[in-house]
Amino acid sequence: MTTQPSLLIEELAFAYPDGNQALFGVNLRIERGERVALLGPNGAGKTTLVMHMNGIHPAEHGKVSVAGEVIDTTNKDLLRRIRGKVGVVFQDPDDQLFMPTVGEDVAFGPYNMGIRGAELDKAVDEALAMVHMSEFKDRPPHHLSFGQRRRVAVATVLAMKPEILVLDEPSSNLDPAGRRELAEILRSLDVTIVMVTHDLPYAFELCQRSVILSGGVIVADGTTGDILRDANLLAQHRLELPVGFSL
Amino acid sequence: MPSHVKIIAVLAFIVVSVATPINRWQAFIAYFAAIFAVSLVAKIPTLTLFTRALIEIPFIFFAILMPFFGTGERFEIGPLNLYRESLLAAAGIVVKGTLGVLSAVILSTSTTARELLRGLEKLHLPKLMVQIAAFMLRYVNVINDEMERMKVARESRGFIASGIKDWKVLATAASALFIRSYERGERVHLAMLSRGYTGVLPHDQSEGATLRIWLQGLALPIFAAVILLITTVIG
Repeated sequence: MTTQPSLLIEELAFAYPDGNQALFGVNLRIERGERVALLGPNGAGKTTLVMHMNGIHPAEHGKVSVAGEVIDTTNKDLLRRIRGKVGVVFQDPDDQLFMPTVGEDVAFGPYNMGIRGAELDKAVDEALAMVHMSEFKDRPPHHLSFGQRRRVAVATVLAMKPEILVLDEPSSNLDPAGRRELAEILRSLDVTIVMVTHDLPYAFELCQRSVILSGGVIVADGTTGDILRDANLLAQHRLELPVGFSL
Repeated sequence: MPSHVKIIAVLAFIVVSVATPINRWQAFIAYFAAIFAVSLVAKIPTLTLFTRALIEIPFIFFAILMPFFGTGERFEIGPLNLYRESLLAAAGIVVKGTLGVLSAVILSTSTTARELLRGLEKLHLPKLMVQIAAFMLRYVNVINDEMERMKVARESRGFIASGIKDWKVLATAASALFIRSYERGERVHLAMLSRGYTGVLPHDQSEGATLRIWLQGLALPIFAAVILLITTVIG
């Protein structure tokens, strides 16, 4: 298994039912343990791509494989396994946290994977410990701060012991300390990470590698440093470093 | 006490009190005494009990008007000229309604909404209904906050609702809120699918109730049933 990439996307194309084509042949290979930033302007197809990574959208053309398994959305058992392997953390934690208490929400994913009893409790406790939220287990999500909710949202997918963690705008709406705390947590995890973001300094801080998705194709793939230093490339794809930020 | 026992007890109590003919007034005195005894055992402050029971008022409003209209035998109390039949019917509605509301208030005050849902689940209420109620519980705060933010945003641009001419704005805001909630629903569902949701929510394998707990819980309706029996025999 060690030779299998965590994620392999080949010639993936996708059009929405209304005819609006979002992806035009995406190729992407992400090795195990890599942390990759997926950059791109609004409307580039980033979210659509993410929805393919765990089989929410079926691959119309091309294929997506996770740890060597090709996603086939008609195979329910496989799909369940894939969703256990690809943990998606959505942008708004309120979309993700819907159970009455933090602990129950973290248990939701592993429960769906068929884990029960003491093993389920263990998975929940471990995941909460990883994001330093253990003492909030019995609290309702709406009593937590935004940063805490984001961390719990990360725990909800960590509890499924994913192969890949996909984060949609992980730093959005976080205060500077919350941002740093989340970065520390993400760095401490031993999983492959795909981070969709507009926050270029955050990408630089966390990811060795970046890819730019623009107009439905991957237009750049390299070390984050090289990509962010290429001001022309960034400008072509509506990306900008914050004023005063230099590498 | 497990919440499903409480729910059954309250339902049974309501059934017994509704089944009692209104002219057995002794029975109703006993029912009220029993309700207060239960509220004392549950350590619910009497004031809380009454303020929460005020929710009943709009429902019994028409019952209060009933004795003034009707047919048949009439009689006078002071300046009021009342119909006997309608008075009895109105008294029935008010008394039985109050008993029902009081018992429901005791249930809701002594049980968290969460436990209530678990109880309903245990009583095999359709899963879908329990899930819908659970989601409502979770998102009512989120949507409320959203509504509050929209209100602040409106007012920050100088809007103050002052009359019927502003209803258009409020209606638009309400529809925007509806659409946003609907979209949020879709995002939540997507997030659930991403974690392998297949239509079943986890529920804890909590213990069932022992016979002793059932007896304890059903003491109230059993007591009421006994009273009903006694007054039937005596009356």
